Amino acid sequence: MAYSEKVLDHYEHPRNVGSLATDETDVGTGLVGAPACGDVMKLQIKVSAEGIIEDAKFKTFGCGSAIASSSLVTEWVKGKTLDEAAQIKNTDIAQELALPPVKIHCSVLAEDAIKAAIADYRKKHAHD
Amino acid sequence: MSAISIDKSLIGHAPGDPVYLDYQATTPCDPRVLDKMLPWFTLRFGNPHSRNHAYGWAAEEAVELAREQVAAIIGADSKEIIFTSGATESNNLALRGAALFNKDRKNHIVTVVTEHKCVLDTCRHLEQEGFSVTYLPVQTNGLIDLAQLEAAITDQTVIVSVMGVNNEIGVIQPLAEIGAICRKKGALFHTDCAQAVGKIPLDVNAMNIDLMSISGHKIYGPKGIGALYVRRRPRVRLVPMITGGGQERGFRSGTLPTPLCVGLGEACAIAKVEMVEEAAHLKFLSQRLLDGLKAKLPEIYVNGDLEHRIPGNLNISFAFVEGEGLMMGVKGLAVSSGSACTSASLEPSYVLRALGVDVEMAHTSLRFGFGRFTTEADIDYAIDHVIEAVSHLREMSPLWEMHLAGVDIKSIQWAEH
Ligand SMILES: Cc1ncc(COP(=O)(O)O)c(C=O)c1O
Repeated sequence: MAYSEKVLDHYEHPRNVGSLATDETDVGTGLVGAPACGDVMKLQIKVSAEGIIEDAKFKTFGCGSAIASSSLVTEWVKGKTLDEAAQIKNTDIAQELALPPVKIHCSVLAEDAIKAAIADYRKKHAHD
Repeated sequence: MSAISIDKSLIGHAPGDPVYLDYQATTPCDPRVLDKMLPWFTLRFGNPHSRNHAYGWAAEEAVELAREQVAAIIGADSKEIIFTSGATESNNLALRGAALFNKDRKNHIVTVVTEHKCVLDTCRHLEQEGFSVTYLPVQTNGLIDLAQLEAAITDQTVIVSVMGVNNEIGVIQPLAEIGAICRKKGALFHTDCAQAVGKIPLDVNAMNIDLMSISGHKIYGPKGIGALYVRRRPRVRLVPMITGGGQERGFRSGTLPTPLCVGLGEACAIAKVEMVEEAAHLKFLSQRLLDGLKAKLPEIYVNGDLEHRIPGNLNISFAFVEGEGLMMGVKGLAVSSGSACTSASLEPSYVLRALGVDVEMAHTSLRFGFGRFTTEADIDYAIDHVIEAVSHLREMSPLWEMHLAGVDIKSIQWAEH
C-alpha cells in the first residue's frame, strides 16, 4: 500500500507519543479499539483550570494510518477547549492525511479516542 | 551443469532495493536457469509438437529432457510428468480432474484448513457441485493429526489433498505417513508440493503419492510453468480441464512453452544437486536470524513447528506491535505479514488462526523467507532493522505499556469494532 507523505511523516516522527498520569484529576484518558481488530488507541488530554487542553499524548497499536491519525489528533486538540476538540470529525482527519477508503476506520477510531478522553475528563468533574 | 560461482549480491539486489526476504512468494530465476532457457526463445523456437522438421525435433528433445529432470527430483518416471502453467493449475487439475472422473463412484474429498487458497477454493467449488469435503484442522504446531486423517477417510473418499510444505509457516506435513494411510484406505493421495520440491527430499513411490503439484517460480525457475505428477501404476485417471490437441497424454492440451519447460527442468536439476548444501546454509541463516532477534527482543514467537519446517522460513509474531505498522517500519526489507491490514479481507491470516494463534497475535506476525541468494549480510541487516522497528513501535504501543505494567490484555473488555 502506498502511503501519503503526511502519513509517512507522522509514522516516522510521531508527535506527542507518551503517557500522562491516568489518575490525575486534570487528565482525561480514552482507550478505544481492540487488539483483535488490529488497532488500539490510547489518547490522553491534560486540561487547564480554564478548560483548555494544554497537553495531549497518545500511544497506538496499529498500522501506519492509525498511528498517523492519533498523532495528528494530539496536535489538533492542543490549545482547544473541550467543546472545540469534540468538534473534530473523522472526515477532517481522513482528508488531512489523504487516507484511502480502506483506512477510514483509523480516522474514525481517532475521533472516538478524543471523544472518549473528553468524556473521561468530564466524568471526573461531573460533581465539580 | 556448470558450477558457476554466482555473485549473489547482484541477484534480487539492485542498488537501493529492499533486501528480498519473501522467498515463499516467489524466487528470483537462477541465472543458470535463464541461460539454458534463452536459446529456446530465438534460435530454437520450434513447436515441440511439430513432427516434420528439425525445429520441432530439437524442441521436443529439450522438453523431454526437462521432463526427465522434473521426474528425477521426485523419484518419478518422466512419463508421469504433465507440464502445466503452475501449481494453481496443477492443483485444479488434480482435485477437479480426479473428483469428476470418479463422480459416479465416490463423492468425498479430504483436505486441510491450512492449504493454499487454490486448493481450498477448488474444494469449495466442488462442494457446490455436489461433493462433500472434510477440512481437517491442524494442531498448534501446524501439522495434521494422522489419527484424525485416518478417521476422516471413508469408502466414499476419492482423494485426500495435503500440502507438503505450508507457504506461510513453512511446516512439513508427514507425507510418507499420510501416503501409507491413503493407500491402505483406497483413496488417492494428492500433495501440493509447490513449496516442498527442491527444499526437502521427496519420493513419490516411497511416500505413496499419486498426484503432486509443482511450481517453477518457487524453485528458482521461471513463472508461468509448473507440473503435475500423475501416477501410472496403478494408473490415476483424471478428467482434463483444458481440452484440445491432446498434448500431455490428453491431460492438458496446448503447445508446450519450450523455454519455460527447459527452465523448470534445469531448476529441478540444480536443486537436486545443491539441496543438501543449500539447506545447511539456510538453516544457519535461520538460526542466526532467530538468535539475533531473540537476543534483543522479548516476547517474540515462532509460528509453526520448529523442527518439522523448511529452513528457509521463519514466521514470527512480535507481540504488542501490529504487523502492517511493522512492515512500514521495515521498509528496507521485502517481507510479508499475516496481518489483516495487508489483505483486502481485514481478517488476519487464516493459517495462523488455524494453529490457534490468538487473533491479536496473528495481527503481529511477519514472514521471513530466505533462500539461495540470501547472504549473511542480508540477515544481519534484517536483524538490526527489525529490532529497531519493533522497539520503536513498542515504545508507541499502549499494549506494550500495559504488558510492562503487568496488565493482562485479555482481562480488558475491548469494544470490538
Ligand atoms: C503452497 C502453494 N500452492 C500453490 C501455489 C500457487 O502456485 P503458482 O503460482 O505456480 O500457481 C503457491 C504459490 O503461491 C503455493 O505457495
